[in-house]
Amino acid sequence: MAASIRTSCNGSDVAVVGGGLVGLAVALGIQEKGQQVTIYDEGDIAFRASRGNFGLVWVQGKGDSYPAYANLTRLSARLWGDMAASLEESTGIDIQLSQKGGLFICLSENELAQRAKMLEQMALYHTEGYPFEVLDHQQLKEMVPEIGPEVAGATWGPEDGHVNPLYLMRALLKRFTDLGGKLINSGAISTVQPVNGQFHLYSAAGRYVSDKVVLAAGLGNKKLASMVGIEAPIFPNRGQVLIAERVKHFLDYPTGHVRQTAEGTIQCGDSKEDVGLDSGTTTDVLADIARRAVTMFPLLKDVRLIRSWGALRIMTPDGHPIYQQSEQFPGAFLVTCHSGVTLAAAHAGPIADWITQGSPDPVLNLEKFHADRFQV
Amino acid sequence: MPTDSRFSRLPVSEKGLVSICIEGQTVTALEGESVAAAVLQAGVRPTRTTPVTDTGRAPYCMMGVCFDCLMEIDGKPNTQACMTEVRDGMVVKIQLGARQVSGGDL
Amino acid sequence: MNANQFELVIIGAGPAGMSAASTAAKQGLKVLLIDEQKRPGGQIYRNISSPVLKDKQILGRDYYYGEKLLTAFEGAGVTYLSGATVWEVTADNVLYVSVNGESQRFEFNKLLIATGAQERPAPFPGWTLPGVMTCGAAQILLKTSGLTPPGPVVVAGSGPLLLLIACQLIRAGIKIEAILDTTPAKNYRSALPEFLGALKGWRFLLKGVRMLAELRKAGIRQLSGVSGLSANQDESGTLSTVTYFHKGRQQTISCSSLLVHQGVIPSTQLTRSLGLAHVWDEVQKCWKPELNKRGQSSHPDILVAGDSAGIGGALAAELQGKLAVFEVVRQLNASAAGNNAIEQEKAIRELQQQLVIRPFLDRLYSPADEFLLPPDETIVCRCEEVTAGEIRSLANQGCSGPNQTKAFCRAGMGPCQGRQCGTSVSALLADELQATPGQVGYYNIRPPIKPLTLGELAAIGNTDSNS
Repeated sequence: MAASIRTSCNGSDVAVVGGGLVGLAVALGIQEKGQQVTIYDEGDIAFRASRGNFGLVWVQGKGDSYPAYANLTRLSARLWGDMAASLEESTGIDIQLSQKGGLFICLSENELAQRAKMLEQMALYHTEGYPFEVLDHQQLKEMVPEIGPEVAGATWGPEDGHVNPLYLMRALLKRFTDLGGKLINSGAISTVQPVNGQFHLYSAAGRYVSDKVVLAAGLGNKKLASMVGIEAPIFPNRGQVLIAERVKHFLDYPTGHVRQTAEGTIQCGDSKEDVGLDSGTTTDVLADIARRAVTMFPLLKDVRLIRSWGALRIMTPDGHPIYQQSEQFPGAFLVTCHSGVTLAAAHAGPIADWITQGSPDPVLNLEKFHADRFQV
Repeated sequence: MPTDSRFSRLPVSEKGLVSICIEGQTVTALEGESVAAAVLQAGVRPTRTTPVTDTGRAPYCMMGVCFDCLMEIDGKPNTQACMTEVRDGMVVKIQLGARQVSGGDL
Repeated sequence: MNANQFELVIIGAGPAGMSAASTAAKQGLKVLLIDEQKRPGGQIYRNISSPVLKDKQILGRDYYYGEKLLTAFEGAGVTYLSGATVWEVTADNVLYVSVNGESQRFEFNKLLIATGAQERPAPFPGWTLPGVMTCGAAQILLKTSGLTPPGPVVVAGSGPLLLLIACQLIRAGIKIEAILDTTPAKNYRSALPEFLGALKGWRFLLKGVRMLAELRKAGIRQLSGVSGLSANQDESGTLSTVTYFHKGRQQTISCSSLLVHQGVIPSTQLTRSLGLAHVWDEVQKCWKPELNKRGQSSHPDILVAGDSAGIGGALAAELQGKLAVFEVVRQLNASAAGNNAIEQEKAIRELQQQLVIRPFLDRLYSPADEFLLPPDETIVCRCEEVTAGEIRSLANQGCSGPNQTKAFCRAGMGPCQGRQCGTSVSALLADELQATPGQVGYYNIRPPIKPLTLGELAAIGNTDSNS
């Protein structure tokens, strides 16, 4: 493929580096605002964090020591319903959103007590209320009869839910391209070069020019961000997931470790491993996940595991997102998080607005998400 | 079960016989053969319905790589019939759509 | 070495595996042979240890040849784990195998993968109907149970196995309504340059000629250049007719059994799960692991032999199994390798002889486009019921490879783990994207490579006393 040079006109071209959940949501939001967006994607065998997540639209416990993140999460969860409806109506794709609440199951009284305490603290920070309930074993069993005898209880989050993250990506992409957005399978963008108020992007396939650039390249963001004057401490954290066969529906609510998808498959996680850029699976961790799942739901004992995968979360030191426009090179934006599903509605809405207009909605408290918070 | 979908048995060497129950019907099978073979000889068609569209399927590859022969065998749902050997007294049922979370014997 | 450690583990008890096991035992290696079937023989010699049919004429001499391999294997005194499903092999020489619902863990110095081939999944409209099965499946039913399919029987496809199963069924007294040969006319032209080479494999050609004569003598209707194959159902949702085009006219035959075949392809599930390098063979239209001449893969401790290394047939597999073991001996103990030099030379020569027919066969029986790139309405992923049309449209919506495609439509997510759809999905994407399947790639395959229960997985580490 010959190097191609696209020059922009009207100063309205936006390049989004990375076609995962974050990139797609942001790109769609911007395209909806009438600016021409082009997504540059690495391709089928990239690390693809978006394909490895659990599908939770999760609120409870997030930002327990960081109200701005808790608020952003809740805002996104509130916007999710409309986004799902709009996507389904325009694309015909059912992304299987269900927001009926979720459970974080605890296997010991101590764990349950600690979690309850954490959520109580959060309620203190949030003057308008932070809804949750603590359920003991008996109360939980009334809600979910299949729970195992060793389960101590759970915390209930009424604002929690789940969705099909893969169909979400499919719908976002379809809506994006239907609106005139462009996706180019350019291979990895290796360099972003600010030139005279514009940005030149380089991949093995060519050179691309745009007026604005949004870095949504997951783990690739760290290197690219430094090229536009943002020092972002991003690092991988692996999670492994098991998927078991389709089962007739029994689990109404998603839990932090086990959820039943709309197709009926049983998804089990969750692990957090510091293993560098290794997105493989390991038998011992998969066995741990299986043990936990079977302890929580003993009926899963003879359900068969069909697939497993590992994926690398995009982590920051405090686990919260980074949203920052480069001061040195205005027009370059960094967008990174590990909760691309939950935050998708915020990304397609107020975050996309911020990128289009340049100034963020005050409700976002965006300065709390700057990368320089890590520089002490 | 329609006779026109039964597999037929050629003259076979001395082999033990076992008695299994397929969809309520008692069937004689050869010791050592697969449940799929016994089911095909009994003329059961389809042997499962798919979880996606409830469409009928039957054994296709007989060597464990297609998973179309899934049946409920001795209470265990979604078991590959072609990879399971018949056993005297075995109970075999058509796998209807997705399985229950607990098998028949839990 | 403790009880769970072996110098050589062999996976697969077909001709390559049995031959390798016998050779390895003679070489004094501590070897373990694992196979998921209860009895040895793989598929080609399926059930050879307890043959079922009274009339040996039905299956023919080539099947009972397997008894020779079996005798050598049984006499070798190899540790043999049957009814054992390997579900994971790690890159650091550990493997997990499930036997009767419990998993065992083994360690190896060297691993020989001899998992053989599977029928090429060749989708066509109606191929998922009850009543449609592969020729190989029908042959397995003859071998394991002495069962013949209910008539009317139609055999359709391309390749030597088509003729063989037809002959076997006729010898068994089954009436075949028609043999529909889908070998495209252009294949005869493209195979012609290889014909002289094929003459060196005249024994094989002669077998083919004999089978054709047998079929003609039996008065079986054989149609060549058949296209537009389609299986149709009745109101009960099972097979009732097969439709096809022949000499420009569409024809229909009533049938209760449709046996199909489009050649065989290497089983690559295990080799892929190990991250071994694979290559797309444009002539054979299949994926196979990248190996050197001695069967060495891209992992220093893993070799592959037999049809899972590349289609060569049962006799070639036997020789490759032996050669792989000589290579293992050389790797484990270079000084001992010299003892095998003569036998090795002989095996290499015989292997060359076995493979000389392949270029001709591969071109002659290259599947027709309609089976590699089926019509839109055809189900391509049998498990998740995803059609060819859906795959094509995803390619046009920005899916650049099979993993993104899988994520968007669930193709490859069912229990067969992509065994029936992987090759088709890669081929369809490649065609739409104007690339080769080699460029487009294949599904990422991860363990477990066969399903196992959560309970069994959960029990690992609790009872694991050999780490």
